[in-house]
Formats: sequence, C-alpha cells, structure tokens
Amino acid sequence: MAEIDPITLAVLAGRMEQIADEMDATLFRSAFNPIIAEAHDASHGLYDAVTGDTLVQGKSGLPIFVGVMAFAVKAVIDRAAADGDLRDGDIYIFNDAHIGGTHLNDMRLVRPYFRDGKLFCYLASVGHWHDLGGGVPGNYNPAATDAFQEAFVLPPVRLVRAGLMQTDILDILKRNTRLPQSAVGDLNGQLGALDLGVLRLDDLLDEYGVDTVSTALKALGHRAETLMRSELEAMPNGVWEAEDFLDNDGITDTELRIRVRLEISDDRMVLDFDGTATATDGPVNIALPTAVATAYVAIKHIFPALPANAGVMRPVEVRVPEGSLLSADFPAPVGGYTETILRMIDVIFSAASKAVPDRIVANAYGTINALSLAGKRGDGRPWVMFSFFGGGHGGTPEGDGLNHGNAPISTATIPPLEILEAAYPILFRQWALRPNSAGAGRHRGGLGAVYEIELLEENARVFLFGERGRFAPKGVVGGHSAAMNIFSFEQDDGWKEPPMASKMLGISLKRGQSIRLETPGGGGYGPPEERNAVLVQRDIDQGYLTEDLAAKTYQTSAKGHAT
Amino acid sequence: MTQKFVGVDVGGTFTDVFVLDQPSGVASVAKVPTTRPDQSVGLLAGINAQIDDLSDIAGIVHGTTAGTNALLERKGAPVGVIATEGLRDVLEMRRRDRPHTWGLRGNFEPVVPRARRLEVPERTLASGEIRIPVDLGAVRAATQQLLDQGCQAVAILFANAYANPANEAAAAQVVRDIWPNDHVATSAEILPEIREFERFSTTALNAYLQPEVAGYLDRLETALHGEGFGGEFLIVQSNGGVMSVDTACRLPIRTALSGPAAGVIAASYIAETAGFADVITGDVGGTSFDVSLVAGGQPGQSPQTSIDFGMVVRSPMIEIETIGAGGGSIAWVDRGGLLNIGPESAGSDPGPVAYGRGNDRPTVTDANIVLGRIDPENPIGEMNRLDVEAAGRAIDTYVGTPLGLDRLAAAEAILRVANSRMAGAVRLVSIERGFNPKRFAFMPFGGGGALHASAMLKEVGLARAIVPRYPGVTSAMGCLIADMRQDFVQTLNVGLEALAPARLGDLMQKHLQDGIALLNASQAPFEARSQVFELDMAYLGQTHTVAVPVPVAVQDGRLVPPDQSQIAAAFDNTYRASFGRLLDEGQRRVMNLRSAVIGHRPKFDLSTLAPPADATLEHALKSTRAVHFGTSWQDTNIYARLDLPVDVHIDGPAILEQPDTTILVEPGMKARIDNFGNVLIESAT
Repeated sequence: MAEIDPITLAVLAGRMEQIADEMDATLFRSAFNPIIAEAHDASHGLYDAVTGDTLVQGKSGLPIFVGVMAFAVKAVIDRAAADGDLRDGDIYIFNDAHIGGTHLNDMRLVRPYFRDGKLFCYLASVGHWHDLGGGVPGNYNPAATDAFQEAFVLPPVRLVRAGLMQTDILDILKRNTRLPQSAVGDLNGQLGALDLGVLRLDDLLDEYGVDTVSTALKALGHRAETLMRSELEAMPNGVWEAEDFLDNDGITDTELRIRVRLEISDDRMVLDFDGTATATDGPVNIALPTAVATAYVAIKHIFPALPANAGVMRPVEVRVPEGSLLSADFPAPVGGYTETILRMIDVIFSAASKAVPDRIVANAYGTINALSLAGKRGDGRPWVMFSFFGGGHGGTPEGDGLNHGNAPISTATIPPLEILEAAYPILFRQWALRPNSAGAGRHRGGLGAVYEIELLEENARVFLFGERGRFAPKGVVGGHSAAMNIFSFEQDDGWKEPPMASKMLGISLKRGQSIRLETPGGGGYGPPEERNAVLVQRDIDQGYLTEDLAAKTYQTSAKGHAT
Repeated sequence: MTQKFVGVDVGGTFTDVFVLDQPSGVASVAKVPTTRPDQSVGLLAGINAQIDDLSDIAGIVHGTTAGTNALLERKGAPVGVIATEGLRDVLEMRRRDRPHTWGLRGNFEPVVPRARRLEVPERTLASGEIRIPVDLGAVRAATQQLLDQGCQAVAILFANAYANPANEAAAAQVVRDIWPNDHVATSAEILPEIREFERFSTTALNAYLQPEVAGYLDRLETALHGEGFGGEFLIVQSNGGVMSVDTACRLPIRTALSGPAAGVIAASYIAETAGFADVITGDVGGTSFDVSLVAGGQPGQSPQTSIDFGMVVRSPMIEIETIGAGGGSIAWVDRGGLLNIGPESAGSDPGPVAYGRGNDRPTVTDANIVLGRIDPENPIGEMNRLDVEAAGRAIDTYVGTPLGLDRLAAAEAILRVANSRMAGAVRLVSIERGFNPKRFAFMPFGGGGALHASAMLKEVGLARAIVPRYPGVTSAMGCLIADMRQDFVQTLNVGLEALAPARLGDLMQKHLQDGIALLNASQAPFEARSQVFELDMAYLGQTHTVAVPVPVAVQDGRLVPPDQSQIAAAFDNTYRASFGRLLDEGQRRVMNLRSAVIGHRPKFDLSTLAPPADATLEHALKSTRAVHFGTSWQDTNIYARLDLPVDVHIDGPAILEQPDTTILVEPGMKARIDNFGNVLIESAT
C-alpha cells in the first residue's frame, strides 16, 4: 500500500465524511415524505469501485443502512458487468430486498463516479418511500406470504443512461404506487443528493488528486480493520451462546428460534447463527445482506467509535445457515425484517454480555410495533394512520435504561400526538409511561409506554405488526426481563387480545371504541438485589414501580426499605 | 450627564463590559471574572470598573447566561405541572429519541419529576372543539397538592391548546387565584403552536427558569438603582433582539442563548458598516467552535434548539452551528492510528497543558503555544506565564510518538486537523446551504478565533477576514447594537383555500398590537419600527414546512393581510428557491403564522472605534519573535494591534497582539486597518 502522511489522512477522512453527511442533509431537506424528511430513514455514502465495500457513509442516516448499502452497490456492480456498457452519468435504481437487504420500501439509487474516464467509486442513496403498491398501503402487510403481496418489486435497472432520464421506467414507478407525487418528490431528492456528491467529489479530487484520495481510502479501510482487531484483542478468548424467540410469523402461531454462537479468538470474531429457525411463510424472514448488516449494527453499538467502513467487518465472520429465517430466498416475504433483526441484536448482546459484561447493555424493547388504522371519513375520503411506537432501553453498566426510546436499528422520532390527531379521526386517551414495565436490575431497564387510541369516526380497521408478546426483553449480567408487549382492543362485548399476541390483521373498530398498546420496557443490568434502596424508593415515589412489585423483585419491605 | 450606554455580557468565565460615551463616542472595555452563583456581583464590579457614578448611565443592555446555566446545571426552581388526563408523561417521553445514535447509553431526567406532574380531566380536540370541559375542582386540588410539594412555579399543559386555549385559560384562572406568586403559565400563552412535546417542554423550562431569572434580574435592578442608576435596562434574547425586564421575567426561556446571539448581531453590524453584508462569524471558545452565517446583513434564525438531550426550547433564535473543536479540545491518536481533535476538552479549567493546572493531554492551544503563535510571557486572562516545555512534552507523548513525528511536525498536524474541522463547520453553514463562500468575509470573535482566521481563508476560500477592534468583547458590544424584537406564533393548520384573509388579518393585527404594546411599555427610544410576517407552509402530506415571507402593508397601525393568491405566489417562489421545482398537483397548506415586531434602536458610530490619528506603524512594532509555519521557523514581527494606524499594510507572517486576543497573519497573507479600526486579512496575491 502506498504511504500517506497521517495529517493528510486525518484531513481527508473528515472531508469525505462531510460529503456523505451533506448528501444525507440534502435528501432530508428535499424529500417529500416524512419518513425520510423527519425520521431520516435514508442513507448515503461512497463505495468501492470493484467490491462495492463501504468506504465512507453519512453519520445521520439510519443505523441499519450502514452495513447494508454495500450489498446494494455490489448488486449493481454485478448487473452493470452483465450489461457491459456502464457509462458516466448512468444511475441504477432498485428496491429488491433479497439482493439489496432490508425491505421493499427502501429505494436504492447507485451511480458510478468516473474520473478522467475511469471508474473511481460508486455513490449511492437509499430512502424509505411511502408506498410501493402491494396488499397494504405503506407495505407493512403482516399477512404477506410472498414479496409480491408486500410491494412492487423492481430489480436493478438503469433509470438514467449517460445523463438521460429513462421516462418509461419513471412511468412504471409512478403507476405502481398509491402516492405517485410522494414517490417523484423523494426520487428527485435522491437524484439531487447524488448530483451533490459528484460535485463535492470533483472538488476534492481537484484539490488532492486521484492518487492521494485513493490511497487515503485504502488507508482508512486498513485503519478501521486495525481498530476492530484491537477491540477484539481486548476481549477474552472464548465461546458464548445465546438464544431468543420471535412470537410467530403472523401466519402460523409457532415461536421461531434465533440463536447465536459468539466466538472470540485473538483478533477475530465469529457470529454463527446455526440453530436458528428455517425460513417461514410470514414476513419475518430476512435476506442474507440484512443479516450481515445487522451484525455490523450490533458491533457498532458495542464499539461506538468504530467508523462506517467495510474494514471493520474484515476480522468478523458472520455465518448464517442456508435456508434459515436469516437468509430467505426470493420471493419469501421480508416486510417485518425489523422484528427479526432486533432479535438478532438482542442475542448478540446477550452472548457478548457473558464475555465483556462491563461493555454490554441489556436488551431494549425489541419491537417497532407498526400500527395502522384505516377507514373512511363521513364524506367518503379514505384515511390511513401509520406509525411506530417506542419502548424502554436496557439497563447499562453505568445506569438505568432510557424510558421510551427508539429502536436500536433506527433513529426515527415519533410524530407528536397533536399532528396525528389533526390529521386523522382519532384521539389519544393515553400517551404515558408504563409502570412496572422495566426489567429489574442493579440498573433497571427504561420504561415502556402505554398508548390508548380512541376512534372518532364511524368505522376503522386496525393492523398491527409487533413482537415480544410472548418472549420478554432480557436482562444481562443477572438483570431481570422486562414486561412483554400487550396489544388489546375494544369490541361490543369488552376488551380483547389478538390470538397471535403481537400481530393483528384488520380487526374492526367502531366509533368510541379504543385500542391499547402497552410496550415492553428494557431488560435490567446486574442482579436486582444490588440495586440501591434509595433508587427503589424513588421509583416507587415517582410511580415507575408499584410497592407490590418492588417487594417481590427487590426484596423490599412494604414500606420500600431494603432488607 | 446621563449619556453613557453600557453593554454587559456575562459568559462562563468572564463578564465583559462595553461602555460607550455617547457624546464623545469614546468606547472603553473591561473584562472581569464572572461570579457564581450570583452573577450580579461580577456585573456590578465590571460596570464600577468603568463608571464611578451610575447615574451617568442612560441605558444598560445585558446578555445573560443565568438562564442557560440554570438549565445546564439543573438549578432551576421546583416546578409543578398540571396536565391533560392521560398525558402527564409527554415531557418525559420526548419524541422517542435517544442521546447518542450508537451505544444505547445515556439517560434523561426531566426538570419536572413525575410525582410533580398531576392530571386533571379535560380534553380539547384538534379542531378546537372542547370534548371535556376542564374540571376546575380537580385543578384546585392539584394546585394545592403542588403547593404542598413545595413547587414555586406551575406549568399548565393541555393537549391541542394551540387550537383552543379555553380550557387552559380557565384552569390558569383558578391556579392564579391560589398561587402565591406570578410564576404560572399555560402552554398556549408561551407558544400557541402545534406539537405538544415542543410546546410543553418550552413552557416547563420557562417555568423552571422563572423564579431563578426573575430573582436575579430583580436583585440586579435593585442594586443598580441603589447605586443611582435610573436609565433603561434591557435584556438580550436568543433571537438577537432585546426585551424589557418585565418581558424577560415572564419569558426567561427567551434568554437561553442570548450571549452568542448578541455576538452575531455585533459581527453583522460591524461587517456591514465595513462594507461586507455577507459574513460568517466564528467564535473559538474553550470547548467549541460556534459558527453563524449572516447573508445580506440578516443573521439566519432557527425555530428551536436543544439545550441538552431532551431539553427542547422552541423559540426563534440566531442560528449557530457548534462543533467540538475549541482551544481546549484535546488532540489524540486512536488505535487505528488516526489523529483526532476533541470532542473531549480541557475547557478553560484545567485548560491547556501549558496553563499548568493539572491537565497533561495536549490541546489545540498547546499546539499554538509550541509553535510560537501565542506569547508565553503575556497570555490572555489571569495567568502569569505559560509552560511551553510541558505543552511540547504532552504533544510528543500523545501525538508525536504514536505518529512518528517530531514535536513541531506534531503541533503543525494538530493545527491542520483542527483548522480542517473548523473549516468543515464553515462549509456546513455556507456551501451546504447553497451560499458561495467566496462572497463571504470571516469574522472571528471571542479570544481564540483570530489565530485561525488565515487558515479559514485558505481552507474554505473565503474572500477575507475581518477582525473587529475588540473581538474579546463582541457580545457585550452587540448588546448595544441589538434592536428590540418580539416574536409571536400561532398554528393555523389549514389548506390555503380554507384560510379566510379576514381571520389571518385578525391574527396578524393581534400580533402587531401586542408587539407594539411591548415596545411602548419598554419606554426605550426607537428610530423606526418594522414588522415581519411569515407563514410556515407545505404541500398536503408533507410535515416539514418552509418559511414563506408574505407581504403586508401597515398604515397607522392597521394592516392589510395578503389574499390567497398572493400567499400562493409567495409560497411558490420560496418553494422553488429551496427545492428547485414545484409539485404540480400539490395542495398548499398553512401550518403557522410567525410574526416579529421590531423597534430599531439608535446605532452608535463605529468610526469612533478608529485608532488615534497620531498612531504609527513604528510605534506599534513591539518586537520580533520566531514563529513556526509549515516546516520552518520564521522571524515574525509582533505589533500592538490597538496602536496600528488606519490604512497601514502589513505583510505576513505577522502577529498582532491586544489584551483580549492574538491575530495571526500567516505567510502569504496581508493585513490592513480600516477606518473603523478593524483588521482586514486577505491573500497577498
């Protein structure tokens, strides 16, 4: 490898990160749909010209994309090789999750970057589009048994050829979404972000030259690898295992095992998911790229200072058994991928907590609870409210877990209830912390939430895609599990719970009836007996914990004093 | 003679005082240590250092960090909340975010603990319709309970109060009858804007500050009057405008970032007077680098900020980008062999290694010291001399050895990486927002900025740097330049076609009248008054809005609101300018009305700051010192900056020293003094 002085390297590292960050910022500002604009469900970066490996990625995009984008770029590299005529100004587009990871809502744009007539790297942009056809508006179809019921599937095709937009492809896209205006708005935003990346890269190469920048990119990969190896060397050698379960796949009510074997030997790590359930009919499958990206997300949560660079994964081997839930083949449905990868992160944390207990946090609430309510207004206009809900984070070596946080794979915030009430005929009777939901521990988990929603119009149907209805988020290092997810709904003859616990397809609701979502807290860290009695009493005083439960889990007397 | 005007900025370390003697135009400055916990002691000391008889003072304008500190150190008053049944936890649940993207660590303690958040039956719908009238008996009981719990302030936080404040108002009346002080506020009084968490948070934080800030301002005013002061007393807001003490006691949350805002206001005025309406300001502090962009003389405004994780304040404020690269930021090499600057910082205490106060890890300032850019014998502030050797050893240990560089190369490396990060922040506010940096001047203020000004020109391609006459007291000076400004907001949330011009007109009229009443009540003199109206708008289905300035004619206090077609045209212009194209079938929506009523205060003549006519270059030359640039030491002239005459040209390398800052003119740059005493630095070629 050519040498580069450490100062230029540090300066270039910052400059290149800024290019990716600026691409993120451009799309957030210009996207039409709020899932990108507000929840930042998008990502951008620079990728290797030959392998598609991540070179630099923006810091503000969604965490799960940090690992998954390289697969999208590789898919385009393969496609372009088959096409055989890649040119400057080409842009490929696709959403096929089986080759690009995550789910079909994520529209990926990949653009080769040429310098002096030679391919230098790829730029890519991914963003969550609001709707891409399929069986359910917004594409979270808990009853899908194949990809076609989830959404329109687009393989990598060239949307732009040498700078010329292929309007026939655009027409196909617009005809396959319920929200063409939103789709075109988001597409324009993504194209704008790629344009900007090209401009900034031009400037950078003008200033530093191709050789220096190429050398820096290689050095940064090498540095990321060195960093990761040194982190692994600081861990003890050994083998640790953990398993957990998904409630069901939404079609058949059978639990699904996810199992990991974590092995550290010197500066290498193996994550082996042998023993995980086989691929299933319902949409909790994930494609192989998603599984590998998830391993990266878990690792980066354990070592937050690692850069978003493929070098990090060189000392890590992710083994996923063929035909399993974690490497489902096309056209298996993958719309509920979030639930499965959250469970993967949970088992990786649980296994790692046995190796390095002072670096690992307990399990977070472990489900995104995708809830949609749909109906017609008095004047016949249809409405669909779709949102994700929060829960507690795990207790940490340093302190209690966060109350009502977002999922570890996401940075999305929840819309304000006033925005939801202004847009849809609903009312939140409750939007509150859920007492007794935290896993007990020396440092308890964060609290989950209770959301109770009343329908203000005549009729509506309710869909829920959740998890953790049967298997609670776990504590680590002796901490206890948190409360499970409970979904209930009101009918003429009283409150009910769905047969599939955390998943519900199209129950009917009348005006004045409510639904209630009680989300899990986070698992506890360390044995509850070691919890400071003052903190137990504070939790009772603040109404986070009832005296009964405190007496049971913390062995306190009825007055709340430690025995 | 009551002709003196005083600007006072109380910062974390120093209290800066800027005194302007209006008839003579003579300015003087003082820097005294900030006193804790009562800042008024230091403030009076600062004023007394300049002025013997406080009855000579016609006006005092004060930028205060009392509120910011109380928020950051969690030293506000015990507050109680009365909330809609089922919704008392909104404050604690935030918008379901987390402190850091990676690591899943960190927690949040709301300023009002759960046991002091009580619920009462009441409910208003998004339409404004009252579904459940507020249960006043329950409000009474809750009020008593909060009193018993020792609360000193109450925030009433009801859902959808932006759409109809009636339930909140009825509850407030009951609370005010019982409550022993004035510290009672409803969310709609503080911020009648949709989004309950942001509104509730702003209201609760305001209540949290009210006893603290009101007490502080009361003590201060009493002390000032006790010493004979009888002039106007005004407080700087985060939006860069000033307000009366009464308004500040009612809305202390508006002081949250008042110090930095005043600095940007001063910078903008100084630059415009010097002929540069487009300027990027950069304040290098101990732990951070704060950057703002002023285009066409107008500083950018942002609608909200977070004081800390989960502590959201929604109130217009001067937009300031902050990165963790200040003089005290620590340089370190990670396990992958990459040199990093910050975010860890030694701050101003213990400060850089060279201060000898216990920090042994090298900072950006240590690199400047080792390279001869700061005079070790005459540092700024209280120190006697700096320990250059200790700074050098720290650089060797933590940067030089791991990277295989000698001491000087390692120090140069620290500065290059630090400058590159600062340049990144300057690019962020300019290039990323579509502004060409070549149009902009860079104005460093604060103590450390002028050391890095030349580097900003080289790295970003800015046209020139302007170093104001007194960069260390820019915020204090800004206090005297700021206009009085009152901001108002009201959520409308309707399609444009459903927005009746008469309704919009009534709201605008109300904002205008409330604003004028506040201007009048302050009894401050104004040269002119103006008002700005904006609508936050979007297409139906979008939740992010653009701020659309709308034309409004005002005659004799009555205004003529825009009609729908004027608003549509204004939206199309703004939207096209922001995103390049319109959406053909999009339905336009109006989310909020934002109004600002501004009283323009008399400005002082900056040419009074010009150097004395008898100043000469020879006189200003103090010495010559070896300073390291790139790979070699160069003999560098050291000048007393305040003694440099107008129009003199100085070629780099040169160092211009003054009590509150050090200005570095790098090789290849040249400096000039303009008619206002500013130093202009440009490329020599």
